[in-house]
Parts: sequence; C-alpha cells; structure tokens
Amino acid sequence: MRRLAFILALMAAPAFAVQPDEVLDDPGLEERARDISSGLRCLVCRNESIDESNATLARDLRLLVRERLVVGDSNDEVVDFIVARYGEYVLLNPRASGSTWLLWLAGPAMLLAGAGIAMGYVRRRSQAEAPASALSDAEETRLSQILDD
Amino acid sequence: MTMINELGHFALILAFVLACVQSVVPLIGAQKRWAGWMAVAPTAASAQFVFTAMSFAALTYVFVVSDFSNRIVMLNSHSAKPMLYKVTGVWGNHEGSMLLWVLIVSLFGACVAWFGSNLPPSLRARVLSVQGMIGVAFFAFIIFTSNPFERLAIPPFDGEDLNPLLQDPGLAFHPPFLYVGYVGLSMTFSFAVAALIEGRVDAAWGRWVRPYTLAAWVFLTIGIGLGSWWAYYELGWGGFWFWDPVENASFMPWLIAAALLHSAIVVEKRESLKSWTILLAIIAFGFSMIGAFITRSGVLTSVHAFANDPERGMFLLGITALFMMGGLTMFAARANVMQAKGVFATSSRESMLVLNNLLLGVACFVVFIGTIWPLIAELFFDRKVSVGPPFFNAAFTPFMVLLGIVLPFGAMLPWKRGQMGRVAKSLAPAMVLAVAIGALTWAIQTERSAMGPIGMMLGAWLVAGAAVDLWSRTGRSGNRVGRLFRLPRADWGKAISHGGLGVTMAGIAGLLAWEAEDIRVVNIGDSFEVAGFTLMLEDVRDVEGPNYLSTMADIRLSKDGEAISFLHPEKRYYPVADMPTTEAAIDNGFLRDVYVVIGDPQEGGGWAVRTYFKPLANWIWGGAILMAIGGFFSLSDRRYRIAAGARKPVPGGVPAE
Repeated sequence: MRRLAFILALMAAPAFAVQPDEVLDDPGLEERARDISSGLRCLVCRNESIDESNATLARDLRLLVRERLVVGDSNDEVVDFIVARYGEYVLLNPRASGSTWLLWLAGPAMLLAGAGIAMGYVRRRSQAEAPASALSDAEETRLSQILDD
Repeated sequence: MTMINELGHFALILAFVLACVQSVVPLIGAQKRWAGWMAVAPTAASAQFVFTAMSFAALTYVFVVSDFSNRIVMLNSHSAKPMLYKVTGVWGNHEGSMLLWVLIVSLFGACVAWFGSNLPPSLRARVLSVQGMIGVAFFAFIIFTSNPFERLAIPPFDGEDLNPLLQDPGLAFHPPFLYVGYVGLSMTFSFAVAALIEGRVDAAWGRWVRPYTLAAWVFLTIGIGLGSWWAYYELGWGGFWFWDPVENASFMPWLIAAALLHSAIVVEKRESLKSWTILLAIIAFGFSMIGAFITRSGVLTSVHAFANDPERGMFLLGITALFMMGGLTMFAARANVMQAKGVFATSSRESMLVLNNLLLGVACFVVFIGTIWPLIAELFFDRKVSVGPPFFNAAFTPFMVLLGIVLPFGAMLPWKRGQMGRVAKSLAPAMVLAVAIGALTWAIQTERSAMGPIGMMLGAWLVAGAAVDLWSRTGRSGNRVGRLFRLPRADWGKAISHGGLGVTMAGIAGLLAWEAEDIRVVNIGDSFEVAGFTLMLEDVRDVEGPNYLSTMADIRLSKDGEAISFLHPEKRYYPVADMPTTEAAIDNGFLRDVYVVIGDPQEGGGWAVRTYFKPLANWIWGGAILMAIGGFFSLSDRRYRIAAGARKPVPGGVPAE
C-alpha cells in the first residue's frame, strides 16, 4: 500500500520548473529563453511566471518560446507571438500602452505631487515665526536635555 | 467528549460583549468627565483580554487533543501530525487565525490598560474605547462568519491534515509575528482617533504612540523576514520575494509603519508634522486591514475567487471602509486643531524626515497601485492584465535606491538648521569607502550589470554611514570609546537598523546580480561542477517520515577536493493531503549558499538535479534581523522605560547610565 502511494506520489510530483531536456544547447539562446519566460505568466497558476511554474501548460509555453527562438525570432517577436495567442494577461510586465500608462505614471506623478506639497510645507515652516514659547531659553535647553536622554 | 470547545465559544462571546461595553462607556465618560465611567476602560480591556485568551487556549486544547468533532480541527489537523504543527495549526486556517488576530487586538488594549497609567485619563479612556470598537468589529466577524468552535454532527475518525507547505517552522511562526505587526498598527490608529476626539496632539502624544508603532514595525519586519526565508528554502528554487498580492499586503503596512515611525519622531521632538502623522497612523491601519481583506477574500490572487466567500470578503471590506471613513472624517473635521509649532530650515533633520516620508509613502503607493491594478483595469478599462515582478522591480527599486543614498545625510543632519557641507565632510570616509567597494566589485565581477556594484556601494554607504553617525555622537575628545557604549539605546537602535537596511540591500543586489543556476540529469555516482563547487550524487533512497514519504538524495559538496558538506535534498509526499513538496538542501555560508534540489527520475536513467549558487543570500535576512534588533534597542531606550514605569519612585538626581 505504501509502495503504491509512493509510486503515485512520484507520478503526481511536480515536474519542477525548467526540465533538463528543455534546456537549449546554445547558452546564448537559453539565456534569452529564460529571460523571456520569467516575464510571462503561467495562466493556470496563482502568480507565477512560466519559468518558475511546475504546470504542464507552463512547460508547453517554455517549449514554444524556445522553438520560436531557435527559428530565429527576436525576443520581441517571441513575446508578440505569445501575446497574440494568449492575450496581454500573459505579460507580467504590462506594456505601457493605453490605460496602462496610468499605472506606469502613477508613481512618478505621485512623487512629483508629493514633492511639491512637501517643499511647500518645508518652505512655510522655514519662514514661519516661532511661536512665543512659554518657556525661557534656559528651560528649553533643560527640556531638550531631558528629552534627549 | 469534553466541554472545553463550548467553554471557548462562551468565552469568545463574553469577550465580544465586554468589547461592546469598552467601546461605549469610556467614550461617554470621557466626554462628560465622569471618572467612574472612564475607569471602566482598563478593567474591561483586561477582562476582554483574559476571556479572549481563554477562548484561544480552548481552541489550542481542541487542536492538541485532535477533537475531530470540531469542524476546523477536522479540516486542518490530523492525529499523526507532529505536536508542534498541531499547535501552530490553530492559526494555520482562516477561523483560528482570526481568533489569534483578536487575541492580539485585546492584548494591545490590555497593554494600554496595564502600562498606560501615565496617560491623561480621558485620552486613555478614548484610546481604549476606539480599540474596543476595533475589537467589536472583529469579534462580530468571527462569531457571525468564521466561528472556530463549530461542531460537526458526525465527527470523522481522522482529520484532513494541514497543508504540508505550512508544516514548517518558518511558516508556522510567520503569522503570529505578522499579526502582532498588523494589529500593533490598530493601536496607533486608536491613539490617532483618540487624539482627534481630544483635539490635542503634542510631543507627549508622539512619545506615547511611538513604542507601539516601533513594536508593530519590528514584528512586521520579523514576520516578513520569516515569510521570505520560508519561501527561499521551501518553494524549491530559492526565490525570496514574489511581489504576490498577499506578500504586498504585508509589505505596504511595513513601509507605512516605517514612515510613521520617523514622522512620529518629528512630532515628539519638534512638534511638527502633526496632522501628517495622524493621517499616516490612520492610513497605516487601513493598509493592515486591506492586507487582511486581500489575504482572506482571495479577490486579488484571482479576480474570480471572490465568489468563493463573498460573505467574509464583504464583511472585512465593510469593516475596513467603516474604520477608514470614520478615521478620515474625524481627520477632516479636526485637522485644523493641530498647529505645527517647530520652525525649521530647508536644510535640517526635519526636512530630511519629510523626504523619508515622501519616498516611503510613494514607494508604498506604487506597490499599492501595482497590486490593485488588475482589478482597476478590469473594472474600468475592460482589460485583463497582470502586474508581476518585472513591473515592481522597475517601479519600486528606484525609490529604495534614492532612500539609501539620502539616508546617512538625513540621519546626521542636525535638527532645526543644519549645514549639508559639514555633514558631507564627516561622512566623507563612508563615501570613499562605499565608492571604493563599488569600484572594486565592478572590477572583479565578470558581468556587465551595474546592479551588483550599486548594491554593494549602497550597502557599504549605509553601514559605514551608520557607524560614522554613531561615532560622531561620542563628542570630540576624551574617552570616545567609553562614551560610545554609554550612548542612549535609541542611538544604537537607529544605527543598527539603518546598517541592517544596508546589509539587506547589498544582499538583494548581490543575489540577483551574481546568482548561478545549473539544471542537469545526474546518474548515481556521477559528479558535476557549479560555480567552482563539485557536487557528487552518491545515492537516492526512499525514506519514511512521521506523516510523509520522502525520496532523499545524498549529495556530497566539495570545493577543490576539500569536502564541505553532505546534502540531502528531498521530495516529500504527504498522503493525507495528497500533496508533494520539495525540500531543498542548502549549505549555508556567510558569503554564499549552495542550494540543491532533487527532481524526477529520468527515462534514460539518472535524476534531474537543480543546483543554485546564491551569493549573499543570508545577508537579506541578516539585515532584516539587524533592523529588528535595532528596533528592540530603541524600544528598550530609557525614556520609554521611564514612561512605562512612571509610578516607580525615581531615585534622586540624574541616574548615571
């Protein structure tokens, strides 16, 4: 019984990510393949690239990427080829086009806006009059000593 | 069959009722200045904690004795499971983890009850009242949607086991740390709302709220570190961060807590940035709750999983919306009462802390927008897109690099008015060292990527900058070494944490830049080389574990003929859950890890073996540990201990430290 479970286990075990038989002989091409596949989503997984995924679909896509590379496609052509078949959902790095510009520009825009507000605040603080302190200078110094302890 | 289960259930309901009392009575008392009503708060908070603890203990008991008549024990445990995982299984499921969550909510409330005697009574009553409201919301959530004490009419003979991936020490202790962090931010939220009701935010408020923020941040750091370490050794290929929505859910509060930590310093020391700090405190807890929502509703992991549990998801979203709208409305109504007092020049510590907040805040915003973008794109633009690691790496990293560059300057610039030139002069040695290390790595490395050298440079800059900062506090002459060790612990904490950030940055850059990977078929008895190391596959055998079956390889690792270690990567199969896992074997080193995974047997004989050379991997978590240790140092600083134990008689004169 245990033996059987074991055999079943081996069958069910994840074929882990890139298999030795997938690796291309040309290291340059293989590196490009890895590079491309780490940017493509495994469509049946939670949040994995096809390079990390154990799913059969991911393996098929990895083989497809390599096939296209061997034929002589450029990296962009391979990606276009896959996107044409699976939609832009497959891209882990959304292309800056149409509404996705918003995503890419949100950070820099927020930085600019925030920097503007922050600079305004700092300028106001540097020009503001210090409120008349209820404490004398000596008391202030003593207080800051206590606080700094 | 014992009644412990029902006792736990009953205690939970009592705690819920107490939380209701705690959220109403002290609030009215504080408004009407009725001392008796305000005094209800600490008692109710302590009692609420005691009953929640009883409830939690009851659930733990039910798990330990494997009472499969309890529904979640049946679903998440098994009699053959090791005892450690029976206990940690209590929070390895949705219901139990929510119980842990409220346990921590009530623990924080109880802390204010026990150590908050130095707070003004009305502020304390209001803080506890708001904390009580948070308790009410989550108790209701548990009791009405996720009751952990539900019984089964016909109990089965055995349970369905805990997900094998969770049967691991790293992950077993990851949630409690994270929860202390998340929930710690509920305390800062309570303080912020109480201060808004009170209409008073001053230096004292900054001092009271800082330990809680600091504690929350430290625990988040440890929790995130543990999670990332677990992913590294458990998932089988040594990834340590995936920018998964669930990970981002914990990372966003961490970033905001880090910002809050620094802006609260400005409130405490200089009475500026008050309204911003209050706003951050509200938002920080908002991100904690969004985190809880993301993890539990499944809305973002897969856009369509929401239907799985709409009730829970909607309830959590409702709680989040309620507290955020409440908090922000209060903020809008009362922000005008918080007048900044401190005046500071453009070149000052205050300005640099504003910059810190700007960078951390925008970085968090980038993570947030990236995390929810698939949802926005589908709802508003009818586009199905994915946002994955390549986006986050490109959009987030620049902020951290910028932060790393300005940090040592900011840390050393004096309050009120400082001269950048003078600070740069004292930092010159650190700068020279950093540039030298960067240039050296550039020269040594064979890759042409700039990531490694820049990472090393930043790391060296932060560590050396922290050292210079600490040394500069020892004065100009005399026994500087002696004085170094008598510096306030907060100074040490600051230096250690900032240094830790540098170590983590260097680790991440080094790992990503110089990692090497090897995938091949190896026959038993064969050896092969990876990154200068020789690995020999001696044997592959079947081994039986307590609740799993394993295929274990024996691999001898050596370098230049010298044996280093004997590695045993495994493939495990958990029959109860019908789930396979990979257990990588790692040879840990200070400068590198060698990481081996055994794969499937191949048709033509031999085994698939994956080997990774992971430079500086341990620096990532080493840096996180340093950040946490720095936080603990600051937390144990004398001024907080004094604040905490104000009732103790203070010996005459200034105590020598």
